[in-house]
Amino acid sequence: MAERELKRRAAPQREAAPEVEEEAPATSERGEKLKAELDELLDEIDEVLEDNAEEFVRNYVQKGGE
Amino acid sequence: MAIPKVFGLETEYGIQTVNMPDSNPTSAASLLINAYVSELAQGVGWDFEDESPGRDARGFVREGAQPPEVERHLVNTVLTNGARYYVDHAHPEYSTPECSSPRQLLVQDRAGELVLQRSMVAARRLLPPRQEVVVYKNNSDGKGNSYGCHENYLVDRAVPFPVLARLATLHLVTRQVYTGAGKVGCELEGTRSWRFEVSQRADFFEEEVGLETTLKRPIINTRDEPHADAQKYRRLHVITGDANLAEVATFLKVGTTALVLCLLEDDALGDRELVLADPVRAMHEVGHDPGLGAALTLVDGTRATALELQWELYGRSRKYAEERGLAALGSEEEGAELLERWEQVLVGLESDPASLSKQLDWIAKHELVEAYRERHQCGLDDPRVSALDLQYHDMRPERSLFSRLKMETLVSPEEVEAAVTDAPRTTRAYFRGECLKRFAPAIAAANWDSVVFDLGGEALQRVPMMEPLRGTAAHVGTLFEECDSPAELLRRLRG
Repeated sequence: MAERELKRRAAPQREAAPEVEEEAPATSERGEKLKAELDELLDEIDEVLEDNAEEFVRNYVQKGGE
Repeated sequence: MAIPKVFGLETEYGIQTVNMPDSNPTSAASLLINAYVSELAQGVGWDFEDESPGRDARGFVREGAQPPEVERHLVNTVLTNGARYYVDHAHPEYSTPECSSPRQLLVQDRAGELVLQRSMVAARRLLPPRQEVVVYKNNSDGKGNSYGCHENYLVDRAVPFPVLARLATLHLVTRQVYTGAGKVGCELEGTRSWRFEVSQRADFFEEEVGLETTLKRPIINTRDEPHADAQKYRRLHVITGDANLAEVATFLKVGTTALVLCLLEDDALGDRELVLADPVRAMHEVGHDPGLGAALTLVDGTRATALELQWELYGRSRKYAEERGLAALGSEEEGAELLERWEQVLVGLESDPASLSKQLDWIAKHELVEAYRERHQCGLDDPRVSALDLQYHDMRPERSLFSRLKMETLVSPEEVEAAVTDAPRTTRAYFRGECLKRFAPAIAAANWDSVVFDLGGEALQRVPMMEPLRGTAAHVGTLFEECDSPAELLRRLRG
């Protein structure tokens, strides 16, 4: 009982769900754009990522602190 | 009424040297800070007079407890923005000045990042070619070693500590859904495995309440060292948080926590007290759960997810705001902005977590990791994925993966730049900062609650600052304008 009360004290936005469907084409366009951005970013990361990942990760040891 | 919130962040940065086989982390951290400070040609030391990290909020000192000790011989400086920049054991640590609103603290935290970046550049100038000291704003080395990003909140002493501990725990455990910085690989003793986790820090918590920060870490740290009038205040020292790079995450982390503390002070958390049955277990469950579906057990036997409990805290906070206002968070406007952001993020987490990839660190990193794995067809145990995780936090702009993600910002570069040299105008940090800006040669030392002057006489002269909200620009701005010398300032302060 209490559990259910807790669960759904949700925000008004949820009720606007049907509108989202109408916007589907825009969303997929946005999705395409994001994917293109991500691809570009991955190209960049391949260039900038530490050359020898294994050695870099192995050497990153942090002792002491707080 | 809830007291106006005064808060700060202290971040220990991970440190790594490049082509420096004879160096150790402590000497590298010293080099970094010395390089920065010597370029500033200023250098006022920290005053340890009032430090007592072993004092316990529960009213006793436990035998055998090992309170952390700052090595006194190590580099330790105060900057003109009121911050403390020093070597804490093996890490460079940056403590922001005291702030009086979440946004102000975000600006100061970002200014700290700039200071670290400039320190790296300054150190490079001192080192032979190809040698470098590099810092990372994260909390784990992926091998079971963690270092902290601690938060401090001024709290009314009248709140009984057990109440404070019990209710703050609920928030500290569940807020991870937006404060997590994301991590590849579990470091929980006994269950090491390769998986993506929400939080960098959750794996390292073993106790509910305690004094330690490095062993058997507790969710509620009892260090009772208010750096202020101990009759009136305590300082809640929060050690559970991840160091965030995403501005929205930092803003929410400190803002929601300060707000929940207001509710506690005003006894406004409602009739049904939400208490986790097993907070340590819950800490791990939430920290390990990017799916956000883990149900936590409460002492009354009901179960709820972290997100549901955050909705509950949000709902109570909103009601509190309507009834009493949010002036304690700096201003009503900022309080309203905080509530709005909090709601947006909870809605996003509930409906489509990926939609928050420009707002929250763990979601941004998760997306990056998954895209990388798809492109290279590799598992989470691939060292390149661990390298990517680390490099998200690399503070060199040319290497940082975070800076390539173009995350949403809440503050302007101009504000951050100004905060590298200027203290917040609304707390005692202003007094500390102005003293250093104007009269640095006459200042022997400074710490959170005093500035010590050396005017060449027999005795040093200490100006105590036990009230964090005195010494503001409104309070002493004119005084500084009117005083040409430190002697005159001291005379006027006494008069």
